[in-house]
Amino acid sequence: MSDEKKVSRRDILKMGTAGAFGIAGSYYLNKMAQFPNVAQASSDSSHKTSNHSNHSNHANMSDKTKTTGYKMAERLLTDFDYGEVTKLPNGQILREYKVVAIDKEIEIAKGIKFPGWTYNGTIPGPTFRCTEGDLLRFHFINKGSHPHSIHFHGIHPPEMDGLTSIYPGQKFTYEFEANPYGLQIYHCHVLPLARHIHKGLYGNFIIDPKKPREPALELNMVMNGFDLDLDGENEFYTVNGYANAFMNHPIKIKKDQLVRIYLSNLTEFDLLNSFHLHANYFTYYPTGRNDNPSQFTDTIMQCQGERGIIEVRFPYKGSYMFHAHVSEFAELGWMGFFEVE
Amino acid sequence: MKGKWLITGLIPLVLLIGVLGWVLKNGAGIEKDPAAPIEVLNIERIKVTKIGFELSVSNTGPKPLTISQVMVNDSVWNYSVSPQAKLERFEEGKVTITYPWVEGDPHTIKLITENGIITEGEVAAATLTPETNWSNFLNYGLIGFYVGIVPITLGLLWYPFMKRFSRKSINGILALTVGLLLFLFVGTLADGFEIGAEAPSVFQGNMVVIIGASLTFLLLIGFDQYQQRKQEKKGYSPFGLALLMATGIGLHNFGEGLAIGSSFALGEAALGTFLIIGFTLHNITEGIGIAAPLLKTKPRFRDFLLLGVIAGAPAIVGTWVGGFIFSPIWGAVFLGIGAGAILQVIYVITKMLIDDHKKHAEPSVSWLNLTGFTIGLLIMYFTAFFVKY
Repeated sequence: MSDEKKVSRRDILKMGTAGAFGIAGSYYLNKMAQFPNVAQASSDSSHKTSNHSNHSNHANMSDKTKTTGYKMAERLLTDFDYGEVTKLPNGQILREYKVVAIDKEIEIAKGIKFPGWTYNGTIPGPTFRCTEGDLLRFHFINKGSHPHSIHFHGIHPPEMDGLTSIYPGQKFTYEFEANPYGLQIYHCHVLPLARHIHKGLYGNFIIDPKKPREPALELNMVMNGFDLDLDGENEFYTVNGYANAFMNHPIKIKKDQLVRIYLSNLTEFDLLNSFHLHANYFTYYPTGRNDNPSQFTDTIMQCQGERGIIEVRFPYKGSYMFHAHVSEFAELGWMGFFEVE
Repeated sequence: MKGKWLITGLIPLVLLIGVLGWVLKNGAGIEKDPAAPIEVLNIERIKVTKIGFELSVSNTGPKPLTISQVMVNDSVWNYSVSPQAKLERFEEGKVTITYPWVEGDPHTIKLITENGIITEGEVAAATLTPETNWSNFLNYGLIGFYVGIVPITLGLLWYPFMKRFSRKSINGILALTVGLLLFLFVGTLADGFEIGAEAPSVFQGNMVVIIGASLTFLLLIGFDQYQQRKQEKKGYSPFGLALLMATGIGLHNFGEGLAIGSSFALGEAALGTFLIIGFTLHNITEGIGIAAPLLKTKPRFRDFLLLGVIAGAPAIVGTWVGGFIFSPIWGAVFLGIGAGAILQVIYVITKMLIDDHKKHAEPSVSWLNLTGFTIGLLIMYFTAFFVKY
């Protein structure tokens, strides 16, 4: 291999050229080092290709299929459970409701299954509805795997407050008079509280005033969230339990029609949620009381457990967006449209 | 007799198959279904394209899984999966997301499966992933050239200077080389573990590094011993030793190239030039190391060229691989091999030093040798400041 021949001075010079080449090249290298002038992403062309919906800007989560999850959210929007109605000898109306706690997998976004705990198989649970002064009986059966209860907001005897755990297989009947009128909520009150509520045991509970409200298109909306990996942060934010439900299937409304929304916030793991309406103003009645100071606005916020009634008319035809004004919640599923015809 | 003997070998085998069959059929007796679904989705590579992101994913869990939703920076986003959203075990797929990313911004991508299992991928600083074209190919090759061949050749240039050293100083230089190599060995191993940890857990990246390193080490030693017996030669030819070193260092430099190439591809090498200067400085010492065994011989120019290329050129290949086809598990394999090769060189040089000092009835760990070794470690330690953050 390396016998007699010495490394000559000329060889060293030859090797030096490699170094010289290196120094010369570093100039070129420097120019390309950071790949200058890389595309400003979000170039126009890229956006054009992605917008094939009529809501041209917000088409990033478009899905027109009517999945099981969407159908649940849509049904809960206009479904009110008035119970089984009979008249008591004293003339009072008696309403009896059946409530069953069931462990059930719920589709909370297209293709995503959430192992939920439910009242009657939906998240949120049914919207119970009655009139002030009615006698209410909630026949509760726990068919779930954990102890549960129903804690109703409103005025009632403390022993009907739902602080006692009803164990799997057990039954209990909550009985009280509907009072006061307005929008109430109900939820499970078994420890650990956050887990029991977040899993899906909650819903709206409407007590109508004795003097009926003006006829309107009535909508039920429960704001909620879902934490899939149990890290105390929600992956999805929804209304009536399904992400982007009314974004992809707008809620149809007639021009100048009175719309009444029963809105509550049962989001767990976040302090506040909000409702913002585009291109219009609404009147907001906290807890659904006409005698409370109301607001004329386009944005309201609700703390956990807070609720109220929104009344609005749409003077123009077209699509009106509504969403949580926390952008993060909106982009994680809490966004929708009213389609005014 | 022979039949009986065979049967004694078969009995445990048959019983084993019986036991396994029973367990497979009836379960381990604790629980049949896991409490939570086990789904393992791996994001192997995120490509930043003009229209958004392209993720190479694979299902390395025990069951098929379905990708149902995608979020980018906490926003539900449209996506498509090819061939389809349901991936069988070990099946690979490509998730395409149209997204208006922002140059230099970090982007978090969450893939959510049907059962709500979340896999997160990160683009540390978004920048277009270099396309595989001739111009990029050349650019990447040039980076490899600067990091690999240039510094090693420059290091080799010290040869005439070192040539005049006495036997003891030459041994000191060799001890210095051991210091350099020890640093490189640990560094290569650590890099291997780091990259291996990014590989899907089913491939056990860390074990791949260990297997690669130990097998390479033993194979090289075995091959050496075989060669020696065959040629009935004593000791190593100096050039052979230099060649061994160049090979080991070459594999290490492949790893460096991999690191540079992939960091460019991931958009993390905003300080690219700085990184290159750092590596270049760091690698000059490798040239000194390679030249050290040759000090008692009279090598030819083309020997130096060969050594420089063997030790340096893998950096070019590494830069290409890192920039265009990087996969953590292959990175772990190569770095493991590199670590094993370096370890073998350390073994050989140390043995040679000890033998030489024994022959002259001197202590192997002389003050000069200790100093050389320490300087070797320290040079590597301080020049590494240029490439670590």
